[in-house]
Amino acid sequence: MTSTETTPTTAPAKKQLTIKVFGVGGCGGNVVSQIHGADFGGAQLIVLNTDSQALAQCALPYKFNLGLKLNGGLGAGGDPERGRAAAEEDEVRLRELCTGVDMVFICAGLGGGTGTGAGPVLARVAKECGALSLAFVTLPFECEGPKRMRQARRGLEEFKSAADGVICLPNQKVFKLIDENTSVIETFSTTNELLAQGVRGIWQLVTRPGFINLDFADLCAVVRNRHSESSFATAEATGPHRAKEVVEKLLTNPLLDGGAALGEADALLVSLMGGPGLTMAEVNRVMEQINRQTENAHLMMGAAIEEGLGDRLTVTLVASRQCSHAADLPKGVEPGQPEPQPASRGGEDFDLLGSAIASKPVTRTAVAKPESERVAVAVAETGMEAMAPAPVATSRSWRSRKKAKAVHPELGLETVTTDPFQQSEPTRHNGVNLDVPTFVRRGMVMN
Amino acid sequence: MLNLFFPEKTTVIVGLEIGTAKVAAVVGEVTDAGGVNVIGIGQCPSRGVRKGEVVNADLAAEDVRNAIVEAEKSADVEIASVYLGVTGGHLTSLNTHGVFTAASDDHEISQPDVNEVLANAKVFSRPSENHVLHAIRQHFTLNGQAGITDPIGMLGGKLELDMHVVHGVTTRLQNPVRVVKGLNLEVEEFVFSGLASSLALLDNEQKQMGVLVVDLGAGTTEYVVYADGVIKHTGILAVGGDHVTNDLSHGLRMAPARAGLLKREHGAATIEGAAGQTLTLTNENGFPDRRVNLEHLRRIMVARLDETFQLIDEDIGEQGFHEQLRAGVCLCGGGARIRDIEKLAEEVFGLPATLGRANAVGGLRSATDDPELATAVGLVKYGAIRQKSQRRVGLVGKLKNLAGSLGLF
Repeated sequence: MTSTETTPTTAPAKKQLTIKVFGVGGCGGNVVSQIHGADFGGAQLIVLNTDSQALAQCALPYKFNLGLKLNGGLGAGGDPERGRAAAEEDEVRLRELCTGVDMVFICAGLGGGTGTGAGPVLARVAKECGALSLAFVTLPFECEGPKRMRQARRGLEEFKSAADGVICLPNQKVFKLIDENTSVIETFSTTNELLAQGVRGIWQLVTRPGFINLDFADLCAVVRNRHSESSFATAEATGPHRAKEVVEKLLTNPLLDGGAALGEADALLVSLMGGPGLTMAEVNRVMEQINRQTENAHLMMGAAIEEGLGDRLTVTLVASRQCSHAADLPKGVEPGQPEPQPASRGGEDFDLLGSAIASKPVTRTAVAKPESERVAVAVAETGMEAMAPAPVATSRSWRSRKKAKAVHPELGLETVTTDPFQQSEPTRHNGVNLDVPTFVRRGMVMN
Repeated sequence: MLNLFFPEKTTVIVGLEIGTAKVAAVVGEVTDAGGVNVIGIGQCPSRGVRKGEVVNADLAAEDVRNAIVEAEKSADVEIASVYLGVTGGHLTSLNTHGVFTAASDDHEISQPDVNEVLANAKVFSRPSENHVLHAIRQHFTLNGQAGITDPIGMLGGKLELDMHVVHGVTTRLQNPVRVVKGLNLEVEEFVFSGLASSLALLDNEQKQMGVLVVDLGAGTTEYVVYADGVIKHTGILAVGGDHVTNDLSHGLRMAPARAGLLKREHGAATIEGAAGQTLTLTNENGFPDRRVNLEHLRRIMVARLDETFQLIDEDIGEQGFHEQLRAGVCLCGGGARIRDIEKLAEEVFGLPATLGRANAVGGLRSATDDPELATAVGLVKYGAIRQKSQRRVGLVGKLKNLAGSLGLF
């Protein structure tokens, strides 16, 4: 069943979600192209890049060249600062793109300039426009050098604080999925495919009805305002023992660190999909095993029937990590950021829950913000509310939320520098910088 | 004499140097015989200065206040005004030439003629933002006869004058002045530090023989060339002891503070006797912490000092001063405390090198013997010279000068 078919048949209620998939930078563009190649209707695919040449090569209809004025369409040169500046230059356009959208997927490869720099800006803009922003990012291969890795790590942190959720795929882990003789092209297309799968999986999750339903609201509950880093894995099995096999495959998946990620996860989203032959016993078996792995996690599951799958059973799993959630807690407390949203929405559209969604206003603010989220995040919130009751009480309106956001607390530590030449101009003599140690300039070896 | 009724207000002269490593204030008094005696010293470690220039005015002001207060206590006087030493990589120097041509060759040279030639020599192309710090008279040439010190009363048609001019960026010169004025102290004059140091160290004989004075400071290294009794050349390198410390901190991979300690304790300007030796450093608990190769330490130091001297040597060599420096090289500043520094200087310059002592002034031996205080002591000496000349000129002379300068415009 192609997605275009799905659109009319599957509850018109849900289909009204507006989803946009952004590919930022070279890698992001590739991923989005890959998504486009697969059957993936219903979502607008947009490619953003600073490099006009790469954009020209991209076959997708919607593309936009970031920071044309700043970089002249020549790319960001691997410098995240330039990527960021480019995105900030075109922030108004990005805002236009994100307005009225419910969900924004951002695909980017971290470590370079555009994806690392511009991606978080887009995530922030999307979030400010009220969309649920989910980032799908790759970390570079270790062989690409420590500098790229450092940039990527920094970019990941920025993504985490800007986007609602980040699903991170370290390329290095992909090595375990492929055999030694895989060509470079295949390797990269594997990682792209994995990201594409992730986007597709989540998209299917929220757009298709199931007999145990998972929808946009549930997803919000798992990711919204957690700024967490999530792992993502999918597995497929056929045959009479498919329920058992699929879980085994999942648990050995290197992307989940061989199942370790499940143990650490504090929120887990499981989506089962099978042909019409899917039995309740199978669903039960899968969930039982996953449950055993994750005792403390807030687990959400959905199951759906997909005609085209035949006797295949696929399980898609998104695990949000506990540690990052814990780290996020104090962050949430200071600006009072997460609370206002459920509060402001809760009153409006209770009936948006689940498949009962009848009509959905175009504005994103009014989107499914059902009780379920309140319950879902309650674990985290109760603590926060106790500590910071003021923001909850006052920040009922959208404006106050913005206001609260602006107050980023700063720890007033004095910067101590022992650089003997700080604030002074370098001593130059005939083009030689004399501040550089003489023995270095003379090439004397000290060991 | 009018001076009886209007005695000189200032009997004490204070030299203040806001250096990179320390702020030093030296109080001197002028004796009846015209000599200078140092009667008080105040010092304070400096924090707001990098490479000889004020980068943090607040810290600098605090340090200056401490030094001044200490100097006031030690000399038991109240300080109202100072002679301020200034330095920095922005200072430039050059020799200029002024010419005055009379109507006929049997013209008797008079004071207005000298004033005119002085004014001529001061006209040279310099960036508009620059301020002339010093314009120092060298020698007059009258009808081709060189080496005349006082041409007034001589006959001649063409009077020429060589001058040495030191100028720098006005705004950067103003920074230390503002710091001092912010403390309600008057700045009598600001003086190039290198010039002040040379005044403290040299006697007239050395100036006549020709000498190179190198002041090895923490942030900057100043040098002055004297020949035939006058200043022929000055220069400044924004390289100093801090650079040595920084090099050691890089090369030996340790904190600058520790590198500075090692530099003072074990540093020398020679590698001799260091081969194969290691130093064992102790941590704060007194336990052995790590080992440092002494030879590396010395080699790093020698490389920097050698380079600094070579840069100076190249500069004065270009001007051809080597033959004129019969009194050799005179070293002062904190860098002069480095062991065997004079040997390295002898090697590089090919001239005899000595450590300078402030022989030109009397008084507290701790001040005059300290190579680090040469600049501040020299500033006192400079002040004494200036006040003496002003006193001698008196009111009549001042009026004359005024008339002369009015005539120029």
